[in-house]
Amino acid sequence: MKEEIIIAGFGGQGVLSMGKILAYSGIMQGQEVTWMPSYGPEMRGGTANVTVILSDKKISSPIISKFDTAIILNQQSLDKFEDQVKPGGILIYDPNGITRHPKRTDITICSINAVDISAELGNSKAYNMVVLGGYLQKKSVVKMENVIKGLKKSLPERHHSLIPMNEKAIQEGMNQIKDINKA
Amino acid sequence: MDVKDIIKPENKVYSKTSVLTDNVMHYCPGCSHGTVHKLIAEVIDEMGIQDKTIGISPVGCSVFAYNYLDIDWQQAAHGRAPALATATARLFPDKYVFTYQGDGDLASIGTAEIMHACNRGENIVVIFINNAIYGMTGGQMAPTTLMGMKTATSPYGRCEELHGKPLKITELISQLEGTCYVTRQSVQSAAAARKTKRAIRKAFENCSQKKGTSFVEVVSACNSGWKLSPVKANEWMVENMFPNYPLGDLKDR
Amino acid sequence: MAEHILMKGNEAIAISAIRNGCDGYFGYPITPQSEIMETLMVEKPWETTGMVVLQAESETSSINMLYGGASCGKKVMTSSSSPGLSLMCEGLSYLAGAELPCVVVNVVRGGPGLGTIQPGQGDYFQACKGGGHGDYKMIVLAPSSAQEMYDFVDLGFDLAFKYLSPALILADGVVGQMMEKVELRPMKDRMSNEEIAQKYPWATTGKTPDRKQNVITSLALDAAVHERLNDKLQAKYKQMEEEDVRFETYMCEDAEHVIVAYGCMARICESTIDQARAEGIKLGLLRPITLFPFPTKEIQRLTPQLKTIMSVELSAGQMIEDIRLAVNGQIPVNFFGRLGGIVPSPEEVYEAFKKEINK
Repeated sequence: MKEEIIIAGFGGQGVLSMGKILAYSGIMQGQEVTWMPSYGPEMRGGTANVTVILSDKKISSPIISKFDTAIILNQQSLDKFEDQVKPGGILIYDPNGITRHPKRTDITICSINAVDISAELGNSKAYNMVVLGGYLQKKSVVKMENVIKGLKKSLPERHHSLIPMNEKAIQEGMNQIKDINKA
Repeated sequence: MDVKDIIKPENKVYSKTSVLTDNVMHYCPGCSHGTVHKLIAEVIDEMGIQDKTIGISPVGCSVFAYNYLDIDWQQAAHGRAPALATATARLFPDKYVFTYQGDGDLASIGTAEIMHACNRGENIVVIFINNAIYGMTGGQMAPTTLMGMKTATSPYGRCEELHGKPLKITELISQLEGTCYVTRQSVQSAAAARKTKRAIRKAFENCSQKKGTSFVEVVSACNSGWKLSPVKANEWMVENMFPNYPLGDLKDR
Repeated sequence: MAEHILMKGNEAIAISAIRNGCDGYFGYPITPQSEIMETLMVEKPWETTGMVVLQAESETSSINMLYGGASCGKKVMTSSSSPGLSLMCEGLSYLAGAELPCVVVNVVRGGPGLGTIQPGQGDYFQACKGGGHGDYKMIVLAPSSAQEMYDFVDLGFDLAFKYLSPALILADGVVGQMMEKVELRPMKDRMSNEEIAQKYPWATTGKTPDRKQNVITSLALDAAVHERLNDKLQAKYKQMEEEDVRFETYMCEDAEHVIVAYGCMARICESTIDQARAEGIKLGLLRPITLFPFPTKEIQRLTPQLKTIMSVELSAGQMIEDIRLAVNGQIPVNFFGRLGGIVPSPEEVYEAFKKEINK
């Protein structure tokens, strides 16, 4: 198993921490992982992205140009990364604020209204966990129990009381992700 | 009578401290360094801290201070002695750590290091020899060179337009919260030397009480650099240096 | 089972320092390595192991704090990125001249000047050819993973104390910023002052009546004395070349072509090798782990079986000079590099490789 993911959006959407939780979940499942963020001026325009690789084997390059999955949370990132999804791969995006929607027909395209869902949950900070749930529904690269373990590892002790809420957000994301196009 | 007849225990009237080595000093006759070295050695001896004292020598004439004081020494890059002292004092909190620096070393190239070490209140002693000139490199202008003073790099005298005014570094240092004791002394007479020794002793005692940085400036003569005889140099110092660099404690708490 | 933690290479450096008996860290913030001091400050090791952590006023000051700490026989380290390392070169020359051990980390960014904070490898010459003034070298370790960032702190100290010489960890923005799982090795205790005085009789621990004074200096005005000191240093660098060359090879046994790359570029080139192998091209990878001492002999051992060798760098062609010296004109030495903080993908390297061999 090898899964190469790009997660991209605005700074503050929890892009980097979503990637970290996913990577930690992989470790809990005994996988090899890399988490490579954009940093500094590459985040110009307020965008942030992180490449996460989960694999059963040792990971060579942490920097890649084609992805199995792209999780896209703003227009700039959609414009930049849509073409970098491997044929047959998945693009998951939040349509909120998107004016030019993905057009490719050779990949699976899913949408998740994470802004609305997290607002309904009464916690906009759970936004990224809703998105993560949607992703895990489409690609069960890590088991739920390992995601919870990953959450515990990546959140500081004082925030562990938030884990049930995060779990609920992941569950909602799983329930509400929609297919737009099937590859 | 032969020399051998004179050198006998019963004739002994004075002996130097064993903390001073027997090496013949390379300093010019009339230079203040030798006197200050002796005072530090006596303080170390009297306090019984030879095995606990680590000296940091600078770049300048006193680069070879380690040849004369029989203690452990680190010889620093130009101006960086306070950085070495910072690490040494923090890693060996129970030792006595002192830097020995000249005006070029401390007040020019090493300004950042001395300011920040003093501001952090590093538990160290700083001995600052201010003779208003670069001695070792052959008499160039220092930050503390007086107005109108002729040096190799101010051959027509220090002028404000070209060089600015003398840097009163000790006054600046005394403003820093981290310093507990800032004083300016001299060694041109036995009385002055005795006062300086008391100041050095106090600085080392502050160290044992972990009071912060103690800073002892010694206004000194560089008769070679000033191109004066030792006696004339001392007179010139009293007349010209002391008005610009008045002696006494700037801070004591 | 050993504990695995997900952490950035930079964080791994900090945690490793605490867990490997480091006595003092002195540093100054600069991107992309500030997480090292930030992590140390969060961890507060002065309350646990007694390790000193201090934010200095400049890189000039940090490296001289290392000079002071190393003079005391303590395990001291600093970290910075390219512009900061330039400021440290004076101090490194003094540390080498005074034969003092310490670990210095350079998480390299793009230069010259203020350059970019994106990854680079343009400090190869500075790291491997001296950097500061005078005839000196340092051990240069090039980690390519967060685990190696962790492990090389300890290895760096071992080598620094073995040779009484600075050891440089030459990382890059990718290895510093990337998170991977890191196995925490067993804790090592800090040495007591008594142990230090016994083990390092040269250290300035305070002159006791039973020994002569210790003086740490790089000054030797007598020509004969100074030449002897230099001869001693050169003998030490020879010994490093004999005893402490480290490298890794990947698919080199039957290789007809070899790529030489270090740090993050070695990781990227490993994927390139896989692509080439999938197309039946016999390409291998040589990853120098020590850049000084350089794996010259391994390159010479491989040369007879090779048609070409290629240096892949995030610089304009620096390591290639050491490869050329090793190959000594026997086969073509090709080059591919990107500058400006751009990190090429494995495919880009592969295309460049194919273009060169089909010339």
